Amino acid sequence: MNTHFTRIGAMALLAALTWTSTASAQIAVKGKVVHTMAGEPIRNGVVVIADGKITAVGPAATTPIPDGMRVLEAEVVTPGLIDAHSTVGLSGILNYAHDQDQLERSAPVQPELRAIDAYNAQEALVDWVRSFGITTVHTGHAPGELISGQTMIVKTFGKTVEDAVIVETATVAATLNSTARKTGKGKSPGTRGKMMAMLRQEFIKAGEYVKKREAAEADKKPDRNLKLDVLSRVLARELPLMITVNRAQDIASALRLAREFNLKIILDSAAESYLLIDEIKQAGVPVLVHPPMMRAFGELENMTFETAAKLKKAGIPVALQSGYESYVPKTRVVLFEAGIAAANGLSFGEALGLITIDAAGILGVADRVGSLEVGKDGDVALFDGDPFEYTSHCIGVIGEGQIVSDIKR
Amino acid sequence: MGRIRIGTVAMVIALATCAHGQEAPRAFVNASLIPIQGDEIADGTMVVLGGKIIAVGPSVSIAIPEGTEVIDVAGKVLMPGLICTHNHIGGIGGADSSGPIQPDVRIYDSINIHDSGFRRAVAGGLTTLNLMPGSGHLNSGQTVYVKLRKARTIEDMAIRDDTGWIMGGLKMANGTNSQRAAPFPGTRGKSAALVRERFVKAIEYREKLAKAAGDAEKTPARDIGLEALVEVLQHKRIVHHHTHRHDDIMTVLRLAKEFDFRVVLHHVSEGWKVADEIAAAGVPCSAIVIDSPGGKLEARELFLETGGILERAGVLTAFHTDDWITDSRVFLRSAALAVRAGMSREGGLKALTLAGAEMLDLDDRIGSLEVGKDADFIILSGDPLSVYTKVLETWIEGRRVFDRSDAKDRLYAVGGYGAGHNQVPYMCCFEHAETN
Repeated sequence: MNTHFTRIGAMALLAALTWTSTASAQIAVKGKVVHTMAGEPIRNGVVVIADGKITAVGPAATTPIPDGMRVLEAEVVTPGLIDAHSTVGLSGILNYAHDQDQLERSAPVQPELRAIDAYNAQEALVDWVRSFGITTVHTGHAPGELISGQTMIVKTFGKTVEDAVIVETATVAATLNSTARKTGKGKSPGTRGKMMAMLRQEFIKAGEYVKKREAAEADKKPDRNLKLDVLSRVLARELPLMITVNRAQDIASALRLAREFNLKIILDSAAESYLLIDEIKQAGVPVLVHPPMMRAFGELENMTFETAAKLKKAGIPVALQSGYESYVPKTRVVLFEAGIAAANGLSFGEALGLITIDAAGILGVADRVGSLEVGKDGDVALFDGDPFEYTSHCIGVIGEGQIVSDIKR
Repeated sequence: MGRIRIGTVAMVIALATCAHGQEAPRAFVNASLIPIQGDEIADGTMVVLGGKIIAVGPSVSIAIPEGTEVIDVAGKVLMPGLICTHNHIGGIGGADSSGPIQPDVRIYDSINIHDSGFRRAVAGGLTTLNLMPGSGHLNSGQTVYVKLRKARTIEDMAIRDDTGWIMGGLKMANGTNSQRAAPFPGTRGKSAALVRERFVKAIEYREKLAKAAGDAEKTPARDIGLEALVEVLQHKRIVHHHTHRHDDIMTVLRLAKEFDFRVVLHHVSEGWKVADEIAAAGVPCSAIVIDSPGGKLEARELFLETGGILERAGVLTAFHTDDWITDSRVFLRSAALAVRAGMSREGGLKALTLAGAEMLDLDDRIGSLEVGKDADFIILSGDPLSVYTKVLETWIEGRRVFDRSDAKDRLYAVGGYGAGHNQVPYMCCFEHAETN
């Protein structure tokens, strides 16, 4: 008999089953340090959660835990972590065609593709990131086509996408880098200039569509067009256009596009953003920085471990992401990536902000997640030491008051 | 470090001075020393001369020779340079698509030493690499062991044995990476059969050579592929074998037993399932540490726990970067994550150094801080297993090859404009994964 086999097998099984946990919804967490991300850390703090929401946060001495509550304890307590951009749930762990739904290659512009129609809430990669304390993920269609589709925001627990989703359409994902350029004869877009021309034409079309729909009488309105419906919402600034971009020249193009159409944009990956700090700041554009441990080649060859620090110091809203991987690791873990940022120019609190409150702010969900404050969702991560240290462990995760992971990892 | 061989210092100085000219000894004092062979030393001193370590131990017990340049490294950690047993830096190009078994191909003939990946590797504290061709073949060629010395050609980086032979292993692979359309194998059974067939040929070739005993008329025509396999049969060249799934691992052990070749198992995603069998075979493992399982079916059950499980089973265990798969700049992290998942601290640190040296037949020269060994070491800002620790300096054979306080070196350590210059990433398996 192989005991190693049993041990890991049991762990995997546990991971798969945690969404069915029926632990008490009345739960309190005591932490030697509680990083609320809303004010200074609390020594010997307590977080009280009832019916899925935080009902009290404060020092243990002054924050009573109601009778009958289950109490968990940890060295360090943080808000449930947020991965500001991923593809987990659309991209699956095996990396075969049948579990890869993150990128539709049939046309370069398909904003009508909804992430909710492609998300597997029971995907093993979702279990994996949850076991490191990540409770909220901005996931969806991957970079790789000019407009690859929509993204959404989900919790990393729940049996179906309906259980997990908190924002059905978070952004429309665009790509202004070489992965979205085609090389075959007669295929577009084949160049940087053509990419911009095609994007501009799409938004011009969407603008005309809106005008016609508004001006025409009810029976003469142009037929509804799913693609233009979505782009209209981007034009109306209801939805941000998240533009994956790395070279400085392409970042400049993204800002130019935003100016021309008065779009709300989010820069994604943005390896060379440190070269255009003034321009990005002036445009008031937030940045979801690539994982610091991303591979530094191709259009990422000039990336640095310090980009998040440089943007943050300049006052630009910034968050970190696990990104998209076509091979291995099939997902990065944003907790690890924030650790690298913490070791390269940011304080502990600033780095933790990149995967909690700052990410929530950029994604527009700070009313629900990102900090431990009364009224917010009861999403909490428990650690046995500095969460960024390689040798610390996440020892438990609470999602909306339920224990959604009890693996020590 | 119990025994400090002060008595031998004078003799070693004399020898080292001969080999390396008039260089003065250098002493690194007040160090937090991690010698790997022996306990950690809170206040240690190491003396280096002519590219070799001539004294190492607790500061109180080390006599610093006259005329020594003294470098105070108080508050810093000094440990051996890191050894990566499996690395693809340098735009490597091994076997081509003409067939699944190409032992004639030397990776040595394909390396661009100006690839900035090498600069990043020294920034990560790596000093010795096993440069390997890829895993898309049953046998993709000969590997080469190199030191990241400042070099003008690959010859300057190569490691030679006493006879001047350029040391290296043989890269082999099984499982799905090497299965493709003909002439490649389509199944695991065919994969093993093709390998066995070629080893049988190598045995016959060796026998013919022996029978000819130098008689030119009886000597078979020279075959450089079979020559490399004969070196494997002679135990001169170690097989470095890519393998993930537990049954593929067992196949490697079976073939190694049949043909009596020395082998290191690489990656071993499912090594934890057959740890006892690997231990019983006495075969070492070089494991990879990846941030999440998967990427292909045979790595679905890759876990951070593997290093610890192999260690407890009694398997000699190292880690590797597989650079570009993981970044050489954060190689220390591979051991740290394994320690997180249950490996001992000693085992984790040995897995970055001495264990790798053993797997490359270099443990008499590198892998620990011991008198007489090469002065390959790194200076760290703090504990090697902490995310906050920086590699401050990397030294090879007594010469500094990386200094984080130098802006040019720092560029490669943290990245920035120009840091990726001249890189040719090893992309074999990315493409493969895309088409899966």
